[in-house]
Amino acid sequence: MSFYGWVTIMAFLICIIAITRPLGGFLKRVLEGEPHVLGRIFGPFERGIYRIAGIQQDREQSWSQYAIAVIVFKIICFIAVYTLLRVQGFLPLNPNGMGGVAPDLAYNTAISFVTNTNWQSYAGETTMSHLSQMLALTVQNFVSAAAGIAIAMAVIRGFARRKASSIGNFWTDLVRTTLYVLLPICMVLTLFFVLEGVPQTLTGSVTAQTIEGMHQTIALGPVASQEAIKLLGTNGGGFFNVNSAHPFENPNALTNFVQMLAIFALGAGLTNMFGRMVGRERQGWTIFSAMAVLFLVGTIVTYWSEAHANPLLHALGIDPSLGNMEGKETRFGIIGSALFATVTTDASCGAVNAMHESFLPLGGMIPLVNMMLGEVIFGGVGSGLYGFLLFAIIAVFMAGLMVGRTPEYLGKKIEAREIKMTMLAVLCLPLVMLGFTALAVVMPSGLSALSASGPHGFTEALYAYTSAAANNGSAFSGLTANTFWNVTLGIAMMAGRFFVIIPVLAIAGAMAAKKTAAPTPGTFPTDTGLFIALVTGVILIVGGLTFLPALALGPIVEHLAMLRGTLF
Amino acid sequence: MTLIRQLRPALVIFGFLSLLTGLLYPLSMTAISSVLMPDKAAGSLVHDGKRTVGSVLIGQNFTQSRYFHGRPSATIGTDPADPTKTVSTPYNAAASVGSNASPTAKALVERVASAIARLKAENPEAIANGLSIPMDLVTTSASGLDPDISPQAAFFQIKRIARVRNLPEEMVRQLVEHMIEHPLMGWLGEPHLNVLELNMALDSLHR
Repeated sequence: MSFYGWVTIMAFLICIIAITRPLGGFLKRVLEGEPHVLGRIFGPFERGIYRIAGIQQDREQSWSQYAIAVIVFKIICFIAVYTLLRVQGFLPLNPNGMGGVAPDLAYNTAISFVTNTNWQSYAGETTMSHLSQMLALTVQNFVSAAAGIAIAMAVIRGFARRKASSIGNFWTDLVRTTLYVLLPICMVLTLFFVLEGVPQTLTGSVTAQTIEGMHQTIALGPVASQEAIKLLGTNGGGFFNVNSAHPFENPNALTNFVQMLAIFALGAGLTNMFGRMVGRERQGWTIFSAMAVLFLVGTIVTYWSEAHANPLLHALGIDPSLGNMEGKETRFGIIGSALFATVTTDASCGAVNAMHESFLPLGGMIPLVNMMLGEVIFGGVGSGLYGFLLFAIIAVFMAGLMVGRTPEYLGKKIEAREIKMTMLAVLCLPLVMLGFTALAVVMPSGLSALSASGPHGFTEALYAYTSAAANNGSAFSGLTANTFWNVTLGIAMMAGRFFVIIPVLAIAGAMAAKKTAAPTPGTFPTDTGLFIALVTGVILIVGGLTFLPALALGPIVEHLAMLRGTLF
Repeated sequence: MTLIRQLRPALVIFGFLSLLTGLLYPLSMTAISSVLMPDKAAGSLVHDGKRTVGSVLIGQNFTQSRYFHGRPSATIGTDPADPTKTVSTPYNAAASVGSNASPTAKALVERVASAIARLKAENPEAIANGLSIPMDLVTTSASGLDPDISPQAAFFQIKRIARVRNLPEEMVRQLVEHMIEHPLMGWLGEPHLNVLELNMALDSLHR
């Protein structure tokens, strides 16, 4: 661990703090339909689309109508992606002549992109045509992210409104987020990435003759445009198999830093928008602080773990000063890789710039734990905030139990129905993660896909279902997904998305309908250090009680085995 | 009934956003990039006369003792002898992949041990001088295409290069020191050397 490593972590946090407020303000303007520069230019265009679609912008939806709109849209997205991938061989923009994608892989990929998971069972450069990368995958990167923000906005409206029967209009939320937030930022990011060396071309692979006279085929494509939204939308589905570790996706330390900022940007901005919407920015900063604490703890543990050489390799007489470099890129080094791994799993991004499978056991455990906690540390765009609000509800509920008062959050009474819905969402994830892992490690077709044996093999399976259910998409990528895995991971991704979205929207509807009580001296304040401590504690305790046994069987026992010099 | 009513907005909005983000956005970005930054948009390719030597961003599999070697690579490719099989094909830039080796895998320790033995055989002078083996030269990169090595890894190979090329060691050392890319602003990134650029500079020493 070096001084410069600490400077990098601090610089990163400062940059995130600096962009949170302006982004929050802009998000609120856009989603609340307030006037803004881009709206003046593209407003007529936007209204034209609504006319064609038969949408009345000022007509809002109840929570159930909103949820149905989300589901109908997702079904259409799924059908479109699946079809495009199956028939890509007959379509243009396919310079390398890729054939259609196999049914189970196309199904898995379609669900993966529709749910903002972006688990890659495929290797981009050997599977996808340029058209599929753009029209199937890039589109989903945009709209699944926009849908996440839209849903978060609906939930925030639920808390902000009084005695209301509606929580916004999904279609306008979706279009405005894409048109005014995601697209403009992505255009800037794309050009920046190209300036730093990320390719953006429609040509096929180039064959080079190396200076030793060998042939090298170099895959190319429209990488930068997909890279931008992959990070900003916390999607994580890269152009290439190795994602942001590929020098074409992430050519240097500066792009690496900007990529990490792009992953956190909207998640952080949304905390501020939340504060603005409920009338006190401080409420937003409270959430931000709880997230920042968890982020720092995770980063420090991963950095500490990876800065050490693997003791089993050190014993062979290698200079340990560079740390654990297996599966890492020289230009990022330990801090650039450890910070990225933490950021990508705090958020539900899943882009990787190093192979998490080759992290030392405790270093690889932190990304796993981040996902198990529900990716509420800044989190996926939108999903991070509404996931966090579920824990905030549990926290005020526990505080209410301790003092014997009806729990309140932001003046809204939390009652039995909200708690039931919260528990449904919070318990669904571990059920899917642990249930499928248990299934996979007793099924021959589950075990045959694992690349590692011993505790690491168990972690590989646990990581896969955790990543899928949490809609992250990063992997211990030694796993070679077969049909069993493609099918079960697809189910895990769907369950992880919709069994959270629907209860969360139901809570939003219930909250919107309630009246807002004025704070009294007996009200538990939710914008103080005490609340930060309470909600952080709730997140860690819920996660700890649920997952410690599984972690003990995987990374913890592997760490102890490594210290004893045991090999598998 | 709500389901049916939502179908029209869903289809129209999906179609509109697909055109916008799936075609208009990537194609316009391609057009702008190819005008403003044609070389970078095309993959930062390096040319030597008419021949494309590679991309400055993509590592190459250097095996000759007269060149600096990069890091081990886990990429595989089709076996030329039997197309149904795959074989180790280091720095295959058509199919990036990492080793995904578990830190406690027997296979990892064995692979690293054989890499150490090879490095020792190739660089007897460095070993005799008491230089220890740098971690990046025995571990595979995440992409299998890492274009860089650490300064330690370059210093480790200086004596071999000087001997094989019959150059003064000091000259090679100066070249290496000159080619080190330092962290941005003194803190962002790791010091490293681009192996392709380093080797091309090495070749130009003789001209």
